[in-house]
Amino acid sequence: MELSRLSLAHAADLLRKRSLSSVELTRFFLTRIEQKNPELNAYITVDEEGALAAAQAADARLARGDGTPLTGLPLAVKDLFCTHGLRTTCASKMLHTFCPPYESTVTRRLKEAGAVLLGKTNMDEFAMGSSNETSFFGPARNPWNPARTPGGSSGGSAVAVAAGLCLAAIGTDTGGSIRQPAAMTGITGLKPTYGRISRFGMIAFASSLDQAGPMTRSVADAALLLQSMAGHDPLDSTSIDAVVPSYAEALTAHVQGLRIGIPAEYFAEGLTDAVRDAVERAITTFRALGAQCIPLSLPSTPYAIPTYYVIAPAEASSNLARYDGVRFGYRCENPKDLQDMYARSRAEGFGAEVKRRIMLGTYVLSSGYYDAYYRKAQKVRRLIADDFQTALAQVDLLLTPTTPETAFLIGEKNNDPVRMYLSDIFTINVNLAGLPAISLPCGFDANSLPIGLQLIGRPLQESTLLTAGQAFQQATDWHLRSPV
Amino acid sequence: MKHPPPSRYESVIGLEVHAQMRTRSKIFCGCPNQFGAVANSQICPVCAAFPGVLPVLNREAVNMAIKTGLAIHGQLRLFSEFSRKNYFYPDLPAGYQISQYELPIVEQGHLMIDSPTDKTSKRIGITRIHMEVDAGKSLHEGILGASWVDLNRTGTPLMEIVSEPDLRSSAEAGEYLKKLRAIVRYLEVCDGNMEEGSFRCDANVSVRLRGTTTLGTRCELKNLNSIRNVMRAIDYEVERQIELVEHGEQVVQESRLWNADLNSSRSMRGKEDAHDYRYFPEPDLPPLRITPERIEAVAQTMPELPEAKSVRFQTQYQLSAYDAGVLTSSRELADYFEAVAQHTADLGHPNPKAAANWVTVELCGRLNRDNREIQHTPIPAHRLGQLLAMIQRGTLSGKMAKEIFEILFTDGGDPEQIVRQQGLQQVTDQDAIVQVIEQVLDAHPEDVGLYLAGKTKVFGFLVGQIMKASQGKANPALVNQLLQSQLLKRG
Repeated sequence: MELSRLSLAHAADLLRKRSLSSVELTRFFLTRIEQKNPELNAYITVDEEGALAAAQAADARLARGDGTPLTGLPLAVKDLFCTHGLRTTCASKMLHTFCPPYESTVTRRLKEAGAVLLGKTNMDEFAMGSSNETSFFGPARNPWNPARTPGGSSGGSAVAVAAGLCLAAIGTDTGGSIRQPAAMTGITGLKPTYGRISRFGMIAFASSLDQAGPMTRSVADAALLLQSMAGHDPLDSTSIDAVVPSYAEALTAHVQGLRIGIPAEYFAEGLTDAVRDAVERAITTFRALGAQCIPLSLPSTPYAIPTYYVIAPAEASSNLARYDGVRFGYRCENPKDLQDMYARSRAEGFGAEVKRRIMLGTYVLSSGYYDAYYRKAQKVRRLIADDFQTALAQVDLLLTPTTPETAFLIGEKNNDPVRMYLSDIFTINVNLAGLPAISLPCGFDANSLPIGLQLIGRPLQESTLLTAGQAFQQATDWHLRSPV
Repeated sequence: MKHPPPSRYESVIGLEVHAQMRTRSKIFCGCPNQFGAVANSQICPVCAAFPGVLPVLNREAVNMAIKTGLAIHGQLRLFSEFSRKNYFYPDLPAGYQISQYELPIVEQGHLMIDSPTDKTSKRIGITRIHMEVDAGKSLHEGILGASWVDLNRTGTPLMEIVSEPDLRSSAEAGEYLKKLRAIVRYLEVCDGNMEEGSFRCDANVSVRLRGTTTLGTRCELKNLNSIRNVMRAIDYEVERQIELVEHGEQVVQESRLWNADLNSSRSMRGKEDAHDYRYFPEPDLPPLRITPERIEAVAQTMPELPEAKSVRFQTQYQLSAYDAGVLTSSRELADYFEAVAQHTADLGHPNPKAAANWVTVELCGRLNRDNREIQHTPIPAHRLGQLLAMIQRGTLSGKMAKEIFEILFTDGGDPEQIVRQQGLQQVTDQDAIVQVIEQVLDAHPEDVGLYLAGKTKVFGFLVGQIMKASQGKANPALVNQLLQSQLLKRG
């Protein structure tokens, strides 16, 4: 039995039957991390002590027979979820020693369910980036080819899942940060509806776009994790107060008669042939499964990138103002006065991409520019959301490529921010509209690099995504391919 | 009160009041909303703006804003929103203040004031009331080359109440502030304490030639920690601006810091004016939606407000507008008066006018002398009621009642008992009074003669002599009546 590729349900079953203990499973992953992390750099912090203690507690709980479907399962968490007493860096020098005195709602729920947190995964600094290269701790590497990036910003989580350094991981997605790395590492990544999962304790990048979600090796695993993460949280006023359905039930439904829209704008120039071919084969698969695939148009698509790069940096410039060296985080040496402390702590504590976005955001909110940029971007955002709403009134979900190309080389786009931003061209719109979407592995290119497809659903219709995703994964084996 | 001579200039004043709301917890987290605790002991990760924390709006604060909005006859927005006001300061942990900006909860209200300048009732528009969060405090004492930050105050809910530039004198500004403060105190949404900063006021002042309608360049006056200081600072500013204009100079739009000790203000120009706050809607809070039902429910909890109470006092108790105004200036004073009036009535001797006089003149005067508020009066309302009933009954003369009042004020006790103990009972025994009258008339035969000859002016003199002879204990009404008959007997 290959422990590194176990599904969550299978692992839980082994633990319940006591044919494997959580401590054994946890030790297995800790050892594997020790072997592989130096090369892949998936984890920033490995919490051996905490993980083993949680595993022991989980074993005791399982012995008492009051475990949950997650009890004893070793998971990895992106290093922007605040974990009480465990360093949370956001992959930034600014927070490289920050130890939160509180727990994020997501990790609290996972811990309460008995999950074991192996450690905190690498990411782009403050989740700003599409390649994991802006991390203060160095880039995570794609297990399919370590010269390439795993995508970003949840690159470390994607690598940990793809390389079997955990059973599953949690990421966050502001403009594609779960789905793009999922596509580039051949795993399943689900971004739920904005507000489906609490943002409390999740270090903010762009508050109106950020959303946590599962990164797993299968749709079934994603459903299981989503089940324990989703739901209203009184600590997050933007979390949605709506009943959480049974996602396991969604896995057993059929796609017969499901109407899938294929938006023309997502198959335009910039898309590589390999990705186009793989996604078109996937469409054929869905047709074969009984779904109707209907061509349609989302005319506002080209405005997504400029809109996003006004709104997200605007919010970020404000969200990141709290890193001032006063109460926590990095403070420069020997400041000569208050202004100097602010200026140098931030200049020295933040990396180039973070500073670029703070400046961009500050600019678009400045008096005299606000109407031309921020207010206009909000209007366009409304149009984009309306476009999706119109489309999703005709079809049950949309199918697109997740990214225009497969994993690129580390260093390839580093010095060209706009090219880097285009890597999220198919995912960003979904955040602007607040919709749920999932990325599924659907093939490989000539370099044996994974390709992902994206399914986009109606608000709070994660179940439809899971139904379609599960059907696809039962008809294909792309998600079972392993890089190691 | 100083009334500047009518000049060619007219001053135009608008006030911005920041009122701290008396909610149990802070506006965006569960920390207690209270003062005086050890620095940084009333804070949590939300107060300190730690990474990843989120604000959750306090319902009680919203209800208080609704109440205040209703009290000033404002329009309540069913859909309002919070924004972020971005600037760096050590006592502003998030680097932004959460404040209602484009869509405040209350708009277009007003207050009626009695203008001391025009001697008329005047409508002062209130542009808006919006909710926002207070900042912490920077402390610069006890440390060299650095500062302390105390975040206890961070998260205190504030209402900013912005008036239209409808005020035309410092006296009107003072009246407006008194009215507004009385309202927030009646509503129990703010303690109205200017010295402690729970009710803070900035004044926007400009001048223009009388008869013109365009506004002059305004200056914003800050650090005004009492109504008196607001008025002094406005007077100073008006004079300063007139002087500038008279000398052909320009008024520069700026913030000015009032110094009460020097009785002058100085410019805060420089960093203040460089701010670009980069307001944008707060993405961590959904827009605030309130329903007409909620407003109605809050309206049901509204107490009777000063204006309505004053009108009622004038009709129910036949008080003058002035007395009713004084008595309703605070809820506690009004309640006290009503309790006294009720008690005298219960004792069978209703006289609300006398009650009003005793409360406003004697009691308030005495409290003032001790610098005390009505809440801390040593005389319970029922004791004062008892005293007034005794006067009505004729047991006590007004003069004697004042002596008893002083004893009640300093030592407390039961007025009936004090009277008995001190032998201060008024003499109502007719025979005893006639006896005194006879003695006095015997001692003043000339005056008796003058009276009988038609010079009735001496009557008063004789009353005085009789009261003096009775050591003030004789019932004056009886003295009048009996003196008349005794004099006639000698005719």
